[in-house]
Amino acid sequence: MSATLVISQLLNGIQLGVLLFLMAAGLTLVFGIMNFVNLAHGSLYMMGAYIAAALVGQGVPFVWAGLGAMAGAALLGFVLERTALAKLYARDHLYQVLATFGLILFFNEVVRYFWGASAVYMDVPAALNGALTFMGINYPFYRFVIIAVGLGVALALYLIIHKTRLGMLIRAGASNADMVGVLGVNIKLLNSAVFALGAGLAGLAGFMAGPILSVQPGMGEPVLILTLVVIVTGGIGSIRGAFLGAIIIGVVDTLGRTFLPIIFSWFLEQSLAQAAGPAVASMLIYLLMAVVLALRPQGLFPVKHG
Amino acid sequence: MKYPLSALALSAFAAISSGVVLAQSPLKIGFMAELSGPQGALGQDQYDAFMLVVEQNGGKLGGVPVQVLREDSQLKPEVAVQIVDKLIEKEKVPIITGVTFSNVMMAVHKKITEKEVFLIGSNAGPSPIAGAACSPFYFSTSWENGQQAEVVGKYARDQKMAKVMTIAPNYQAGRDFVNGFRRWYTTPTIGELWPAVNQPDFSSEIAQIQAANPTAVFAFLPGGMGINFVKQWAQAGLKNKIVLMTASTTDGIGLPAMGDAALGVISGTFWGPDFKNAANQKFVKDFEAKYKRIPSQYAAQAYDSAQLLDGAIRAVKGDVSDKAAFRKALKSAPFKSVRGDFAFGSNHFPVQSFHAFKAVRDKQNRMTLETIDTPLVKVVDGYADKCPIKG
Repeated sequence: MSATLVISQLLNGIQLGVLLFLMAAGLTLVFGIMNFVNLAHGSLYMMGAYIAAALVGQGVPFVWAGLGAMAGAALLGFVLERTALAKLYARDHLYQVLATFGLILFFNEVVRYFWGASAVYMDVPAALNGALTFMGINYPFYRFVIIAVGLGVALALYLIIHKTRLGMLIRAGASNADMVGVLGVNIKLLNSAVFALGAGLAGLAGFMAGPILSVQPGMGEPVLILTLVVIVTGGIGSIRGAFLGAIIIGVVDTLGRTFLPIIFSWFLEQSLAQAAGPAVASMLIYLLMAVVLALRPQGLFPVKHG
Repeated sequence: MKYPLSALALSAFAAISSGVVLAQSPLKIGFMAELSGPQGALGQDQYDAFMLVVEQNGGKLGGVPVQVLREDSQLKPEVAVQIVDKLIEKEKVPIITGVTFSNVMMAVHKKITEKEVFLIGSNAGPSPIAGAACSPFYFSTSWENGQQAEVVGKYARDQKMAKVMTIAPNYQAGRDFVNGFRRWYTTPTIGELWPAVNQPDFSSEIAQIQAANPTAVFAFLPGGMGINFVKQWAQAGLKNKIVLMTASTTDGIGLPAMGDAALGVISGTFWGPDFKNAANQKFVKDFEAKYKRIPSQYAAQAYDSAQLLDGAIRAVKGDVSDKAAFRKALKSAPFKSVRGDFAFGSNHFPVQSFHAFKAVRDKQNRMTLETIDTPLVKVVDGYADKCPIKG
């Protein structure tokens, strides 16, 4: 277990974490403010990836394709919220889960219809390709870009939520939506804006994941599961919780996968360690979530009200 | 009152004429595969290739009009079982074909063959049905699951790869493939990685591979996992440093989405689009003309299954009700396979050669597979001797 392996795995963990944060930010805001469970958040991520892949395929420059994916996903989120989902805010969570699960199936078939069942091609642009070498570590440059963009978005969100009027309204809405409405704020529009913002961030995550992951129907579901783990662990409704939760989950998952099999082999016999290590590693984040739920049901970094 | 009467007469006439039609009603064939969701690409290639044969023959197989009932088993064994019930009890089909995934195959194999309905599998080949649980009513135009890994193991052994690591998802098929690889590659591996099924990111595993620095890596990562892994492998700069050998990973379905990242990756299976025999050249040309893509091995398997049915139905002159005669006709494999020679072994799995391939770009700059070696010549799978079928 060398230091370089630990450092490169830490970087991998942070990179997974910032990607999860982009997903978790939108999901946690929608849940915190509208009290709405949106399982279709993974579909918005998938649509972001597909839009970006289609634009890049048409020869659009990479960065513009990314902006297009964000805008497209945000617009899609806005339309979805206005036409279908807003009606469900007052309903029980079960209705919301059913409706948004239906949307997952719908979007998977939509992309299959337009782009086919096979994965579509999307690669890192030449300018961002290749690996950086530092301290004896060979690390893909594109993953550094993901970390930088993720941290940039986290900072921007922090500034928006804590320093702008929109952010103040969002915070107020999270504390008491009815009261904000009574005070003359167009709460419906605020909801739509929050939903579209979250959808845009999911689109951005899909766009950035496109070159490293396979762009295919159903690509949103595994990410959605991790995202749900993140917001439950971090504390629902809290951007800070989403950020720290995402980094924790990303790092724990990555380090666990690498080092648990090694650690197990210290005190278990080889064949048993080979079997138990990967099995426990894949459960690790869920175990972490269970422990957090048992000890701090509100999550590690809940919203501070008042 | 005039209208109802004439309507009655009309419907009576319709009933009589439909009776006439019934006498020449088409032969029903159930086609069941995974056709939707993330796994839909394999089933779609199977279906497209099967229907290519049917359409080229003017809606007939073996000179008899056929009606293909397309069913999507959604990678859900319980759904597949319901479909099979419907096809056999309601539609009374004598033949079912397709079947993409092994877990679906295991759920329906016994059910179908016990009813003495013919099952022509054109993909999944789990080892039990090649061995002890084999059935005289089952025929495969693909392979037993382990064989696609065995050929890669043989290749690694022939190439005298010194230090090899393996990576496969932590589930039954993953373990089967790694064991299949080891059947021929007997040098102890220097490390095994078992990521979770459908894990999207392999950065952790790739960092471990870099740290161990093997000569070659054997990967079994089907579907989206393989696309993710191959892209991330290339981005980590390992492409020209460590040999990557795969099974069911850099296949015809995934290659277009991998692009340059897959260039030079070695894989092994029974067939490649560059085979020179006449049947294959016609198949590849027709498939590309109709569907605008290079056929995958899954398409080749299904194309052969349709040609097999065509030949066997013709041999019994369209009468599949004499089951012994039809089974004999199927067993004789009366068709020209895209893989060249074709013969069934005692367990009704093909006795065939397995080849090694390299991912390259073709003349039109598309990603495809190029045959580079034939490590296993005319082999019987490792389970046939456990199958009790005689003749």
